Amino acid sequence: MNELSTPQEKLTIKDFTSDQEVRWCPGCGDYAILKCMQRTLPEMGVTRENTVFVSGIGCSSRFPYYMNTYGFHTIHGRAPAVATGLKLANPDLDVWVVTGDGDGLSIGGNHLLHALRRDVDLNILLFNNKIYGLTKGQYSPTSDVGTRSPSTPQGSVDPALNPISFALGSGAHFVARTVDTAQKHMPGVFTRAHDFKGASFVEILQNCIVYNDAAWSDITDKKAAPDRQLLIEHGEKMIFGAEKNKGLRFNLDTFSLEVVVIGENGVTEDDILVHDETNRPLAQMLGELGANPGEPVVMGVLYAKAADHSYTEAVLGQVEAVKGKSSLKDLMYGGQTWEVK
Amino acid sequence: MASDVQVLESAVVRFAGDSGDGMQLTGSQFTSSTALSGSDLSTFPDFPAEIRAPVGTTFGVSAFQINFGAKAIKTVGDRPDVLVAMNPAALKVNLKTLRPGGLLVVDTGTFNKRNLQKAGYEDSPLGTPELETYQVIELDVSKMTLEAVKDFGLGNKEALRCKNMWTLGLMLWMFSRKREPVIDWLEKKFAKLPDVAAANVAALNAGHAFGETAELSATFKRYQIGAVHSVPGTYKTVTGSQALSWGIVAGGELAGLDIVLGSYPITPASPILHGLSGMKEQGVVTFQAEDEIAAICAAIGASYGGALGVTSSSGPGIALKGEALGLAISTELPVVVINSQRGGPSTGLPTKTEQSDLYQAVYGRNGDAPMPVIATRSPGDCFEAAIEACRLAVKYMTPVMLLTDGFIANAAEPWKLPDLDALEPFKVEFAKAPEGDEEFSPFKRDEKTLARHWPKPGTPGTEHRIGGIEKDFNTGHISYDPANHQKMTDVRAAKVEGIADDIPLQDVDQGTEGGKLAVVGWGSTYGPISEAVKCARDEGLDVSHIHLRYISPFPANLEELLKGYDQILVPEMNAGQLKTVLRDKYLIDAKPLNKVSGQPFKIQEVLDAIRAELATEE
Repeated sequence: MNELSTPQEKLTIKDFTSDQEVRWCPGCGDYAILKCMQRTLPEMGVTRENTVFVSGIGCSSRFPYYMNTYGFHTIHGRAPAVATGLKLANPDLDVWVVTGDGDGLSIGGNHLLHALRRDVDLNILLFNNKIYGLTKGQYSPTSDVGTRSPSTPQGSVDPALNPISFALGSGAHFVARTVDTAQKHMPGVFTRAHDFKGASFVEILQNCIVYNDAAWSDITDKKAAPDRQLLIEHGEKMIFGAEKNKGLRFNLDTFSLEVVVIGENGVTEDDILVHDETNRPLAQMLGELGANPGEPVVMGVLYAKAADHSYTEAVLGQVEAVKGKSSLKDLMYGGQTWEVK
Repeated sequence: MASDVQVLESAVVRFAGDSGDGMQLTGSQFTSSTALSGSDLSTFPDFPAEIRAPVGTTFGVSAFQINFGAKAIKTVGDRPDVLVAMNPAALKVNLKTLRPGGLLVVDTGTFNKRNLQKAGYEDSPLGTPELETYQVIELDVSKMTLEAVKDFGLGNKEALRCKNMWTLGLMLWMFSRKREPVIDWLEKKFAKLPDVAAANVAALNAGHAFGETAELSATFKRYQIGAVHSVPGTYKTVTGSQALSWGIVAGGELAGLDIVLGSYPITPASPILHGLSGMKEQGVVTFQAEDEIAAICAAIGASYGGALGVTSSSGPGIALKGEALGLAISTELPVVVINSQRGGPSTGLPTKTEQSDLYQAVYGRNGDAPMPVIATRSPGDCFEAAIEACRLAVKYMTPVMLLTDGFIANAAEPWKLPDLDALEPFKVEFAKAPEGDEEFSPFKRDEKTLARHWPKPGTPGTEHRIGGIEKDFNTGHISYDPANHQKMTDVRAAKVEGIADDIPLQDVDQGTEGGKLAVVGWGSTYGPISEAVKCARDEGLDVSHIHLRYISPFPANLEELLKGYDQILVPEMNAGQLKTVLRDKYLIDAKPLNKVSGQPFKIQEVLDAIRAELATEE
């Protein structure tokens, strides 16, 4: 166990900022995410010594170097596995995993799947810029079909992976989405992710200014955003649009969500669905929205339903329940032995 | 009655049958009864990779060999004195191992046309010249077993499963072993199936009684093998996997650290995962990862968090762990990496033994990435070697490769249990927060060992960031500076090289310091080399045996020691790997003796090579 430590005075953004020069490209969306994290951690009331950032390889994975906490920049795709071991050894730590679309969904897809399936008590942030930045612009598993890149000069042919669907399909208990530019929205999502017991998965739509600039602009541009983003809250009606008159309704005939306009075709506010973050099929449908014209991309906590015990608690619980019942000596000298005199 | 008891110094018995005949159980029960009567012994489970190969086929044959005696036993024995063949396929596969004049026990109940065909016999070999050189005992074990268990209401198939116990009963009688430990075991194992337990006990007793009462040919003797005169103490039969698991736990206790094992199932390393998973009472945390890479990464994460991370695997799995090993080397975190070697390359021979991962252990990573490599020589030795791996890992802040192999992992030997209280602790102290305004560097080093200190997350004042990118020698921050990379590469190498001064000097296991020929071995070839050198020395040959535990770095005196001999012979179960390293390090003319058949060396093979080597000199 670690020594208990109570912060003498309230920590600030400065306390969480390391002395290392940040080396992302000017204008990179990662800056905004970093600032938001440095700003939000003090508000969560966490300590520097109990906070660890673990990352893999890629632009986003430089994140730990800029946080004045514990940090481990590991190898490509393996951060969830390293973080799992860390949590098993030192369960009181707050462990954040920072990964990207290539690191987390391509080379490290298997580890991400299993960290989510096991429900290891980690906060996993996946920066999705739909491109490989650090290796200079190859298409990634979340790139849209037709993405022209150095490795796909005639356009990519493989369909994009939806990180939210992946997480839910892996059995994640907490799934959320936010955007790098959403400085007001992001802190709330980080706090919810931090407070959740078990694995929390957050997809952050992030802009790569050099290799995939404006990849998300159709939903993040100031003008477009109100009609392209649906900010959801548990227990609230799912309404969006510049006029606040669009909403989601469940269509029983197609067994899917549809966008409707309040006041048109007899639609009233009563027809609009209320978000229930404990409803997994609903989360799955919300996560997939945005692919078709007119559909908004859903932001916020799509799904949150904690299990009774996180993986770490269950594993360590089995050990704690019997630890010390017998010693190594008891084990070695027990059973069938014989004496030679 | 057993009036005709002949006293033997040692004997080799091989049980062979179909995979479904329970030969491994028969062998291990014979082993435990033999160990309890105080004999020294060595065993060799030899089973197919297929879980259930088609019944009656030669590739489905499973065998268990035990060498036991009233003297120190170092090998599983070159050739069995007794072969028990439960079906034609078992006879076909194993007959060539039986020594001429040896005793062959066959279950004639299985020698029907179909089984003979499956084994590749046109006609039954029984009673033919093929078996002339052996003493053959033909018994219808199947029929006698069915008779013995008929009162227990088992189906024919279930009843025939008791055949192995009938055979075991007969062998226990033949070698004057006690039945009680086996009966106790059966009653425990089948506690929930009392009929099955009773039937097995009845079969065991019937086999034993048959030996006592049957009027067999005069060759069917009863043997007495005495107790070996060993050092006083408490003894136990252990397999390498068991002793290794215990050693890891002991190492954790001596270091004052929790053990976190990250592992992925693989033959023949899985027993270590099983062993440690069963040690929760001793506080061990185990994690069956999604793959080999995750297994070592979790171990690295655990060590970063202040526990001792351990990972266990076999060659193919170690290959997958290569990049992560580099991370542990670069971030200078302790991890014990266990390689239970098997035949390679690729999937190779999963259940057969080989020592062909030495290059992989010493060299198998990208970049200049040195790490200590140590090897176990026998099941009992795994305990001490595992503790040593833990000690070096935490003292030098480095991953350590602990080489064992499938033979050691599965083989059993009587082992004098160590006095745990007498083991020297090597308690870890984590890094402390710097005083005043001094900036904390995770790469502050001990001047003597060159090991960096070990900060534990959760400790105020030692917050730091590390990773696989090159680090500044002083601050630990990312550094692409050319001179710094040179310095860090040099210091990582010097740190590992320096371990040579912290390990025992190399001794000569048998023979003299200096002379005509040194036989240099490592790992599980210890037994055959030791026996062969003993025989050669008895013949008056000038030969010595040196057996290495430390492969990288070598002990400080090894060069001088080896240069004291005219010739060096290196027997290995690979194509010549230690030989290459010795030649490279010391520019000596080390000669290889190689075997990669999946079977351990025979004493004779090593002895012949020693004779040939010394003959060429004259």
